[in-house]
Amino acid sequence: MSGHPSTYEPKYAATKWMDQRLPIIRMGADFMSFPSPRNLNYWWTFGGILALCLVSQIITGIILAMHYIPHVDHAFDSVQRIKRDVPFGWLLQPMHAVGASMFFFAVYVHMLRGLYYGSYKAPRELLWIIGCLIYLVMMATGFIGYVLPWGQMSFWGATVITGFFGAVPVVGESLQQWLLGGYAVDNATLTRFFALHYLLPFVIAALVGLHVWALHHVGQNNPIGITPKTKEDTLSFHPFYTVKDGFALCVFFLIFAFFIFYQPDALGHADNYIRADAMKTPPHIVPEWYFLPFYAILRAVPDKLAGILLMVAAIGVLFVLPWLDTSKVRSMRFRPVARRFFYVFIVMCFLLGWCGAETPDNIVPGMKFGDTGLSFYRMSQIATIYYFAFFLVILPILGLTEKPKERPESITKAVLGGHNGAAAPAE
Amino acid sequence: MAFSKILKLILVGAVSLTGLTLGSTTIASAAGGYESDYEMVHKHWHFKGMRGTYDKAAAQRGYQVYREVCSSCHALEQLSFRHLGDKGAPFYNEDYPNPNDNPLIKAFAADWMIQDTDPETGDPIERPGITADKFPAIYPNDSAARGSNGGALPPDLSTIVSARSGGADYLYNLLIAYDSPVPEGMVLSPGTYYNPVMEGGKIAMKAPLSDGQVDYAPVEYMYKGEMKTIPAPEATVEQMSADLTEFLAWSSDPKLEQRKTAGFATMLYLLILCVLLWFSYQRVWRNVKH
Repeated sequence: MSGHPSTYEPKYAATKWMDQRLPIIRMGADFMSFPSPRNLNYWWTFGGILALCLVSQIITGIILAMHYIPHVDHAFDSVQRIKRDVPFGWLLQPMHAVGASMFFFAVYVHMLRGLYYGSYKAPRELLWIIGCLIYLVMMATGFIGYVLPWGQMSFWGATVITGFFGAVPVVGESLQQWLLGGYAVDNATLTRFFALHYLLPFVIAALVGLHVWALHHVGQNNPIGITPKTKEDTLSFHPFYTVKDGFALCVFFLIFAFFIFYQPDALGHADNYIRADAMKTPPHIVPEWYFLPFYAILRAVPDKLAGILLMVAAIGVLFVLPWLDTSKVRSMRFRPVARRFFYVFIVMCFLLGWCGAETPDNIVPGMKFGDTGLSFYRMSQIATIYYFAFFLVILPILGLTEKPKERPESITKAVLGGHNGAAAPAE
Repeated sequence: MAFSKILKLILVGAVSLTGLTLGSTTIASAAGGYESDYEMVHKHWHFKGMRGTYDKAAAQRGYQVYREVCSSCHALEQLSFRHLGDKGAPFYNEDYPNPNDNPLIKAFAADWMIQDTDPETGDPIERPGITADKFPAIYPNDSAARGSNGGALPPDLSTIVSARSGGADYLYNLLIAYDSPVPEGMVLSPGTYYNPVMEGGKIAMKAPLSDGQVDYAPVEYMYKGEMKTIPAPEATVEQMSADLTEFLAWSSDPKLEQRKTAGFATMLYLLILCVLLWFSYQRVWRNVKH
């Protein structure tokens, strides 16, 4: 599985016997001794954090599934029963619900890290694409998972989002009915969503397996983006990165625990404490926070179909990013111009998230000029244009025009203080 | 360095975003097309904060208000009577760790009539409640509820504090804001009342509380083997609203105290583990420049 020569030597008769038949201990040992660049900073700890998020979601999810009832008459009450009567249900339910938010938070950090340090460039294109696939399945899992509690926002979120499929030309209506199992979100929708919500995490787990495999084949990228050349440039994964990841994981769990125990509802929506009612539309239908930027992109154009195409393109563009960015320099540490555009990109993503949460026609606070002003609708259009321009215009052109800073010869030189002062401490 | 600055920016942005959605105190007058100068009262709730617990005496009085006033229209469909005597609940009594043994809880249950089936004849019967029963529905179905309330459906109250983005403050203000003067130009159709806290300013519930509506009794409780008494406060609208809100906040989040206690231990454990891992990290990496 790993791309480095194996150093494992079976010591005992039993391990030798095993090694000749199924070298699974070798695989584990090679995993633990995997040579990792010595300059990885804390942004690199999110891979391990994400793995733990997935495990946590699967374990809590399986126990919750034992108590949850996927039926329109019982789903809402069964979640309440889990929180009130099931032993430790008061802990498991917020762990799972907050866990979804933490999972997405970590995945966004992980993706932005990849974007900043050029982790998608050769030879890591497939590694990046598998990661994008994981994100796509995560989005599906997160969305259908939010429907299961069968609150008002579950129901109306599902109605709005699946409604967009109806805008697809020719097959739209059939597609929507096929997804819902009927003409509207109802019991057939809930049962199939439950089945899929149980299935998809295991699809994610399989994709994570491929992701890690690909990672171990090509090796990790690092903050300066220079491929390790000598043995000095790397450290054994264990104990160096197990302990560093362990510390970061513990800090992450502290934040996670704060939300579970003290703010379990802060990341959710109050309306989801109201039982789903097909006859009563909530005044503001918003998806979970981690979908807000894409929701804003979807609403940035007046046409339904164009909105969907834009949203699909917003994720699709990530898949072809390795071929859009023309720069040979991986890390933006050596790309001062690209770096600035990257920071603006992050700000734009936050603005999109804000737009997604607000009513489009409302005026952005502080942006009222006389009778008119900047509406959230206009702001989402500006941010959407930037979002696409960043990938389709800025990165392709910058790669050809930007003059990158001088880069150190090797990781070790950079760490020990190279001639060009690139010895940045771990940021 | 610049990257960590951005992280700071993100954090600040995230905090201010949350602040915008959670901390909003103005009345949504734009949506209703009217101007209101009602100012939200922000009470300090006993259950807020890292170590906050429910004010049991207030929640007990709140149950009385619910039973005598609200329960004529509003159900508590997620609650069973035994929940009232659980640990962290308003009527928890150390002498009865199992609330089903608690005579007070038994009495509360028996105060309600429950629809049942006669086990011998199969005929529908009504019997006094037992602790294991759920709070009964007030109306046989939604249509009956609407029919008795001029077309409006009285919402279930068991999750009401969680189900409103303003939480406890929203509910409290809704209950005390009824005497606000009706804004000029607002037309109230029959069966609707003015309430500036309600979105749109119109509510189908008539002012439910009036001063002196319930007779509060002193709350007696055991504290370290001694009987203590909390004298009965005056049953003003503000007092009853606050008490009811305390009770309904508990019914929305009955495991809050358990969660915070476990949270404190968990956070402490993780904090110590973080420190230990930090030193392990320093030790393992001591000879490695990075």
